[in-house]
Amino acid sequence: MTEKTNNKGKSPADFNQRESIQSESAQFDKTLGETLRSQGISRRSFLKFCAATASMMAMSPAMIPKIAHALENARRPSVIWLSFQECTGCTESLTRAHTATIESLIFDSISLDYHHTLQAAAGHAAEEAREAAMKENFGQYLLVVDGSIPMDNPGYSTIAGISNYDMLMETAKGAAAIIAVGTCATYGGIPHANPNPTGAVSVGDLIKDKPIINVPGCPPIPVVITGVLTHFLTFGSIPELDHIGRPKVFYGQSIHDRCYRRPFYDKGLFAETFDDEGARKGWCLYKLGCKGPTTYNACATTKWNDGTSFPIEAGHPCLGCSEPDFWDGGGFYKALSMPTENIAQTAIYAAAGAAAAGVALGALNRNKKNNAVATHDKTTIDDLEK
Amino acid sequence: MSASLDKGINALKEQVDSSVAAFFSSCVNCGMCAEACLFYTETGAPERTPINKTEPLRRIWKSEYTLFGRLGKMFGLTAKVDDKLLTDWETLVYDSCTLCGRCSMVCPVGIDITLMIRKTREGMAAAGHAPKDLIGATKRAVTIGSPMGVKLPALMAQIKHVEKDTGLKIPVDVVGAEYMLLLSSMEIMNFPEFIEAIAKIFDKADASWTIASEAFEATNSGVQIGVSDIAAELVQRIVDAAEKLKVKTVISPECGHAYMAIRWDGPNLVGKAFNFKVRHILEILDEFRKDGRLKISGKEEQRLTYHDPCQISRRGGVINEPRNLIKLFSDNFVEMPDTGKMNWCCGAGGGVSSNERADEIRLRVFQRKKDQLDEIKPDAIVSACSNCRIHLEDGLEEYHVDIPLISLTETLADHLTED
Amino acid sequence: MSEIEFLNWVRGPGFQIATIIFVAGVIIRFAEILLLGRETNLAEAKGSEMGSGLRTIASRFIPDKSTIQRSTFTIVAGYIFHIGLFITLFLFAPHILMFKEVFGFGWPSLPTPVVDAMAVVTIIALLAVLTYRMRNNVLKFLTTTEDYIVWLVTIAPLITGYIAFHRIGLTAPTLLAIHILSVELLLVLFPFTKLMHTFTIVLSRWYGGAISGYRGVES
Repeated sequence: MTEKTNNKGKSPADFNQRESIQSESAQFDKTLGETLRSQGISRRSFLKFCAATASMMAMSPAMIPKIAHALENARRPSVIWLSFQECTGCTESLTRAHTATIESLIFDSISLDYHHTLQAAAGHAAEEAREAAMKENFGQYLLVVDGSIPMDNPGYSTIAGISNYDMLMETAKGAAAIIAVGTCATYGGIPHANPNPTGAVSVGDLIKDKPIINVPGCPPIPVVITGVLTHFLTFGSIPELDHIGRPKVFYGQSIHDRCYRRPFYDKGLFAETFDDEGARKGWCLYKLGCKGPTTYNACATTKWNDGTSFPIEAGHPCLGCSEPDFWDGGGFYKALSMPTENIAQTAIYAAAGAAAAGVALGALNRNKKNNAVATHDKTTIDDLEK
Repeated sequence: MSASLDKGINALKEQVDSSVAAFFSSCVNCGMCAEACLFYTETGAPERTPINKTEPLRRIWKSEYTLFGRLGKMFGLTAKVDDKLLTDWETLVYDSCTLCGRCSMVCPVGIDITLMIRKTREGMAAAGHAPKDLIGATKRAVTIGSPMGVKLPALMAQIKHVEKDTGLKIPVDVVGAEYMLLLSSMEIMNFPEFIEAIAKIFDKADASWTIASEAFEATNSGVQIGVSDIAAELVQRIVDAAEKLKVKTVISPECGHAYMAIRWDGPNLVGKAFNFKVRHILEILDEFRKDGRLKISGKEEQRLTYHDPCQISRRGGVINEPRNLIKLFSDNFVEMPDTGKMNWCCGAGGGVSSNERADEIRLRVFQRKKDQLDEIKPDAIVSACSNCRIHLEDGLEEYHVDIPLISLTETLADHLTED
Repeated sequence: MSEIEFLNWVRGPGFQIATIIFVAGVIIRFAEILLLGRETNLAEAKGSEMGSGLRTIASRFIPDKSTIQRSTFTIVAGYIFHIGLFITLFLFAPHILMFKEVFGFGWPSLPTPVVDAMAVVTIIALLAVLTYRMRNNVLKFLTTTEDYIVWLVTIAPLITGYIAFHRIGLTAPTLLAIHILSVELLLVLFPFTKLMHTFTIVLSRWYGGAISGYRGVES
């Protein structure tokens, strides 16, 4: 799609490494446009990227030159990425670039000053880099968080001896905005699942005084993350969010409403098992536990791996991974209309108890009636008037 | 002892059984029973909706026999039965209901509303809320032997007339006769031709029968006022006489509620199965017809229809027999619209005609019967209940309609083939 | 509480609580009715009780001619909403799944657009039935507060189900949870109201038919 003639075979990690080696001040002198040109990104490729971004975020074509202008002249903002109780899946998702893609361009437009997986530095040097970036860009840097924060015992997750909670609160102070990436950071994710042994909470549970953009998903779709970043870089503001902090442009539609298998749902054609006729014919996966109807994400339209496919297309029901508490939804293979507890058993116990109670009440009834019959005063013709 | 609210409430408690509980549990207040009841359709008064008539019984069921109702009663939240309720319900339970049973046929959830109104009368009467005319009739039935006050001498006088007119002997107190005939006071006083007809038919059919001097009254006032104790006493007289005379079958005459009382209620009232059969006269005549013991000749030319007495057809089960018999003497027979088990009540049974307070409404609801007749315009109406007969005549006169009523048995007798 | 937590609660403990009250309530009501017993009929039978009772359970579905003429609206609207309730509840694929989970077996479903249309028809029929109840003089006289409450808890699952299916107004998990909650409310109130007729109709029609059939009259 795009050509980076000088940089074939290089991964975004290479760029980040190189950028961070360059002088600290130099980073902030070059605009993004200058940086991209120095990397051999043609203007044509760059404009293509802006057009794709505009269309993806449902903006009019008139915005394309605006995006181009903004990005070109954008000072590459500092981005600090904190990873807490996470599996690194979100980073993995982001960095899935087998060929140079739009996503990787984003990494060229930011200065990723701190990232456990991607940074070259380690140990004290890494922490110093973070602290320096915070000080230099206080009030202007973007804070990206993945992973949940344990509250039961700060010792459950620490970095350089600093608890997740302390690091978050400290780093959040100077952030212009916070992007919580992945369901762990946005809603607690898998650590938060029943019984939540670490007392895991989300970023939104702790930070109340900074704008937070929730980008949930387990993991989120790469282009969703980069789309949000682009929005922030272009407009310096947060895109319109839904009632749980997710950008409406990506999370405004349910999977169900955009699923290509929807006609089968409507016709009542369902796969009953993973290898039956229905499954092979690509029928709806509702009966196999698909949470598409209650899940909001862009999977059905944007898809994964450069638009290759998404879980339902691959034959697996949607897990609902961009929703809070999706781990505790009664099981991935339990359809939404099914109760999550063993209702048959509940009913049987209730019936047994009721049978006993019923016999007792029935006996009371019988007793009352027998008493009435026993105390029957025979009515004669003299008893017909008061 | 005297009537009291407590006795009434106790009586209602006794009346609740599993069928009553199932019925009240299933009522959804759909109101369809109203459209089946002539006391509603001809007056438009919603309080006459049949299921509403059972309200006293319903309150007892709810507050005494349901968990929710009992809890409510503890907190004073469940509606109770008091004298005011029973007073307000008198004209609904007695004046506006003949126990005709049409509502029970129509209820979509199958409630036998009629049965429950009958049960409600037990409570009303024991609490002193029965209509005074019915109380009078009942007293006469118990003390004299007939609600109209007909005593044995009066019966014997009629019998003498019949013997003279027919030349046949009317058997009285014959031990070992096969059939024992009961008679309603109405027939004895107003339609003694019935006795004549029976004599002729049974003679030709060579059937042995008798009347019991100790128990000739068919009408059971106890059933109408709704006091099972009294009804049982009246039934017991018949049982005693039947056993004493060693008869095989007791015949209920052309009277509706009498049939219900002796045939279906009887054994349950006295608490013992009968060791004799009970049949309506129409059933016996139909048996004679099947056995070839009825020789009929000549046809009625006039256009005839049949009024189904409610207690005989719908509530009694004798629906086909009258039609089989009518076909013997008529080729010009037309059914009423809504016939058989869905026919409309004449408006006078179940104690309504004995209750002077109900005269006005009884005549008003006759409009329903008149509308039926207007549709088919018969020359005469055949019936098999003398109470229906009297009150159909009454109503037709009130509405200036000139259609005669004829008794089925009497007409059959008129057409007996002479040797 | 998050939306999904709310949804998980109604699918989990909420459903259990409703089931317990419903099952226990219905059984207790049946016990209260049946254990009262009925005296044996000592009169000579003319027809069979059991046979007539069973037959009446079916035959009472068909009213006689004059009743159809006189109670047309009640019969027609009544059938429409009952059949509609049956179709939307028992012939909709996601619902059948739920039954399969509880009973262990399912059955074929109708196409979803058909059920969707039926839901609308049922809602309209229920609104018509309420209007009629409020205007007809017999019904106005008979109607109690319980009748209105029962109407509300009956139409609520239909309306909330329709809204949840079409995702109108709120987000999907919340709408679905509200729908399931409305059903749970219906289940909880069921044993204490005339909704019991759903089950006791078998008893009442049997008794009515048996009593009449004993005397040789088909009803």
